[in-house]
Amino acid sequence: MTANAQSHTQIHPSGTSPWVQVCSVDDLVPGSGVAALVLGQQIALFFLPGDGQLTQLQRVYALANQDPASGANVMARGLLGDINGERVVAAPLYKHHFSLETGRCLEDDTWQVPVWPARIVDGQVEIEWV
Amino acid sequence: MTTQPTHPDTHTQRQLVIIGNGMVGHHAAMSFLEACGEPTGWAIHIIGEETYSAYDRVHLSEYFQGKTHADLALGTLEQYNQLGIHTHLGVAARQIDRDGKTVVLADDTRLPYDALILATGSYPFVPPIPGHDLPSCLVYRTLDDLDAIRNAASDGSVGVVIGGGLLGLEAANALKSLGLDTHVIEFAPQLMPVQLDADAGTLLRDKIQALGVQVHVNTATQSITTDEQGRTVLTFADGEPLVTDVVVFSAGIRPQDALARDAGLTMGERGGVAINNQCQTSDPAIYAVGEVALWNNAIFGLVAPGYRMAETAAAHLAGGDAAFTGADMSTKLKLLGVDVGAIGDAHARSAGAVTYRYSNERSGVYRKLVTSADGSRLLGAILVGDNSLYDTLLQYYLNDITLPKEPDSLILPSSEGVPQLGVDALPDTATLCSCLNVTKGDVVSAIDAGCCSLGEVKTETRASSGCGGCAAMLKQVVDATLEARGVEVDHSLCEHFSYTRQELFHLVQVGQIKTFDALIREHGKGLGCDICKPTVASILASCWNEGVLEPAHVKLQDTNDTFLANMQKDGTYSVVPRIAGGEITADKLIVIGEVAKEYDLYTKITGGQRVDLFGAQLHQLPEIWKRLIDAGFETGQAYGKSVRTVKSCVGSTWCRYGQQDSVGMAILLENRYKGLRAPHKLKFAVSGCTRECAEAQSKDIGVIATEHGWNLYVCGNGGMKPRHADLFATDLDDVTLIKTIDRLLMFYIKTADRLQRTARWMENLEGGLDYLKDVILNDSLQMNAELEQQMARIVDSYQCEWKAVLDDPEKLKRFRTFVNSNSADSNVVFVKEREQIRPAREEEKARLIATA
Ligand code: SRM
Ligand SMILES: Cc1cc2nc3c(=O)[nH]c(=O)nc-3n(C[C@H](O)[C@H](O)[C@H](O)COP(=O)(O)OP(=O)(O)OC[C@H]3O[C@@H](n4cnc5c(N)ncnc54)[C@H](O)[C@@H]3O)c2cc1C
Ligand code: SF4
Ligand code: FES
Repeated sequence: MTANAQSHTQIHPSGTSPWVQVCSVDDLVPGSGVAALVLGQQIALFFLPGDGQLTQLQRVYALANQDPASGANVMARGLLGDINGERVVAAPLYKHHFSLETGRCLEDDTWQVPVWPARIVDGQVEIEWV
Repeated sequence: MTTQPTHPDTHTQRQLVIIGNGMVGHHAAMSFLEACGEPTGWAIHIIGEETYSAYDRVHLSEYFQGKTHADLALGTLEQYNQLGIHTHLGVAARQIDRDGKTVVLADDTRLPYDALILATGSYPFVPPIPGHDLPSCLVYRTLDDLDAIRNAASDGSVGVVIGGGLLGLEAANALKSLGLDTHVIEFAPQLMPVQLDADAGTLLRDKIQALGVQVHVNTATQSITTDEQGRTVLTFADGEPLVTDVVVFSAGIRPQDALARDAGLTMGERGGVAINNQCQTSDPAIYAVGEVALWNNAIFGLVAPGYRMAETAAAHLAGGDAAFTGADMSTKLKLLGVDVGAIGDAHARSAGAVTYRYSNERSGVYRKLVTSADGSRLLGAILVGDNSLYDTLLQYYLNDITLPKEPDSLILPSSEGVPQLGVDALPDTATLCSCLNVTKGDVVSAIDAGCCSLGEVKTETRASSGCGGCAAMLKQVVDATLEARGVEVDHSLCEHFSYTRQELFHLVQVGQIKTFDALIREHGKGLGCDICKPTVASILASCWNEGVLEPAHVKLQDTNDTFLANMQKDGTYSVVPRIAGGEITADKLIVIGEVAKEYDLYTKITGGQRVDLFGAQLHQLPEIWKRLIDAGFETGQAYGKSVRTVKSCVGSTWCRYGQQDSVGMAILLENRYKGLRAPHKLKFAVSGCTRECAEAQSKDIGVIATEHGWNLYVCGNGGMKPRHADLFATDLDDVTLIKTIDRLLMFYIKTADRLQRTARWMENLEGGLDYLKDVILNDSLQMNAELEQQMARIVDSYQCEWKAVLDDPEKLKRFRTFVNSNSADSNVVFVKEREQIRPAREEEKARLIATA
């Protein structure tokens, strides 16, 4: 069950780029989330496959894995969806919704989880470490 | 006893004294406060002979089902105090001194009055049979009476009710519920002679006998004696004597009118205090209301007319004008589980009355209509065995609505189901709720004044807060009125689907739709959300049973379903293997122990007769489950909206009282329905006899063994809003039991709302239990074959979800705490408590992480 555990986090070959390689696209689950450990930080990666069905374009989103409502690192295990057109994840324990773009909580403005720009290059998932 | 001293301001305030703190006396006080508005300028005194403050006598029998005085109370001492009402409870009024305008209490307190309301109700009539005053001879009217009955029943085995009227049958039900062998003795040739005709009475008797209560009609009790063993013996004019432990007299009620008689008020020939339309007695300062009052030579033995009298007297006293003009005595009841309804002139005594009858001995249903000579107006009706027509017929009767050309079409079975009287046909004056006197007009005004849901209308009008019999009709009127106002009664599941769950189920089934993506493309919009996705996942599973973690479905599942485990507050999971019926071998127990020990899991026996292991991290779940599955366990689906457990008692195999093998049946049921996805979770239990150690009557599906088979109870639950299950069918054999459950569950799965358990589902079905019985037992929708087939498909395609995961590396991929690291979640920290782990609290965690 740890099939891909060997693909450790690597700094992009250029050495200076802020883009950090996290894992392979195959590690992602279409329409859902997984967690990754990047430089000691827990990150939730959400994957919309862009299969031309529900989502036109392939997209990866990266949010902090910690759910502010519970303090537990569980965000990656939430359900994806949209609310009034905004793409969100519903945190699994108490079901608050967080914007995938901004990390803002729809139910409570004061909660804002960190987000990272994320992309897929050559079958690898990368996030911009800023 | 709470006697307050008479108060100092007697000079300025006028004095209202109410004698009797029963249902109507209480209502009189409340109505008076309401009619006056604040401040009243009156001091109010209530005198009650019972030590308890007023309670809901109509639901008295629920005392035996565990309700307390507090549950049944209408007014409490605190409330009375707050309202400034002076109470004198536990003390009777002894005398009314009309010249001195004073009431004298049994403890010699004297209360002066300016106005007096008599609400002393009635007392049970006990015929002067020799021996009627033995200690085992009791009556059924007050909480104290019920205590006495319970006491007498506690070491007895037989109970007798003398009197086969409405209250007698209710008392019989109570004796039966206390576990007594119950007999009903009726002097007349039939049960309920006041309300029913001979055919209806006979059918009722057959049905009640079938439920195990012995009915003796045409039987006159001659004497009651005590034998050597100290038991009570009833002797009859003919027939064998009957040995019993408790005798409950229910031979009619008599107005409690001695005070009025002694005070010289005008009385009826056979008792009762005569009143005029303002509810005044022959002394204009004295009113009489409720069961003690005689209006137009009639006593009304129901609570609704009593309430009307109380309101009339209160209004009159407060200076308004109101009149009591009689009341309808129609009744709809469930006696020992049998529906009985009687409307108006059920005996067809009106001149020229025409009668129509329908009787079906097979299904045990009897219906009778009494119409005017030309067949255009309903004068009366009788229903036994099925009350689903009652509401409609009552509206025809009360509102004088023209009957269809062929009146009998109303009572003939029709393939289209129950003919409903459209609510549009009702005039505004139509009474919807007779207990609280709420008309259709009141409901419409409440909606005009801004109420926009059933709940708001109920709060505003108080409709349906009495016997509850009007709930279905009220809902119809509210919905129709709202819709007529253009208020869209929005049944959409969420912003992505403007359909109800039931409609979506239909779309999935008819369109043979297999995936969420296909469904939302054809019938919805957007990406979906955490409401519609799990709902559709459940519908797809109920229809096609493809496995919740198949690639097309995995993204739809609620977290717990995604990882086939229940997430705990710290993000770890619990593991619950199935232990069908609670039966487990020593070897399997040892495996559970070993696994728990190896992974250091917190171990607890659950409320569902199995073992829960807590504290596993995501990446540990597959290893743990591999160990369990290798040892022969399967998933317990503690995470799914699906069948949880079938609780069992040990049953006939070991228990001296067991009637059938309840453990065997529980295991059979649990294995049959395990994995079945439903709108909400489902819990079952099987008890081996009526002592009910498995608590089956608190389950969605409850089965209790009888001598001849199984009694099936349905739609109960514990949880937030507990509800006792209803008896659905009796003495079923194994095959019929399973067939019936198959149909019922599948019908629930097809038609219930999202997260609606069976109890709420049934309560919201138009026609409720009766309708459900009709569908499932009489196949009234002719869909039983289909329901059974659908269930068979699900049963046949069962697979253990955990086994399917372990067999599939793709699925296993998800069970990693991190996709790019073997680390565990460092934020998960445990401490030991009572020799086991538990999640560390924040401060503990900070300390532990700092010192690590
Ligand atoms: C473990 C257990 C408590 C225990 O330590 O004994 C338990 C634990 C939970 N119950 Fe329960 N319930 C447990 C027996 C019960 C019972 C008693 C019973 O079944 O005899 C009831 C009342 C009976 C009933 O349901 O009719 C019960 C009524 C609830 C409810 C309220 C349901 C309702 O209709 O009001 C919820 C909330 C819900 O389902 O929406 C709930 C929900 C939960 C959840 C799933 C809450 C959650 O989402 O995290 C708990 C986590 C379970 C887990 O394994 O992590 N639990 N829960 C029991 C597991 C039984 C089992 O073996 O499967
Ligand atoms: C088991 C049962 C089931 C019923 N089911 C239904 C039903 O389904 N529908 C329905 O409409 N009706 C039903 N009824 C009838 C209903 O309860 C009565 O119509 C209603 O309670 C009458 O109210 P009341 O206030 O007139 O009399 P009560 O409720 O009897 O109250 C009279 C009170 O006055 C007290 N009192 C009497 N004399 C004195 C005195 N001298 N001094 C002080 N206090 C005194 C009594 O102790 C009593 O508490 C049922 C009754 C019973 C017993
Ligand atoms: S009762 Fe509440 S706290 Fe206890 S197990 Fe059930 S859901 Fe959890
Ligand atoms: S008719 Fe009894 S509550 Fe409405």
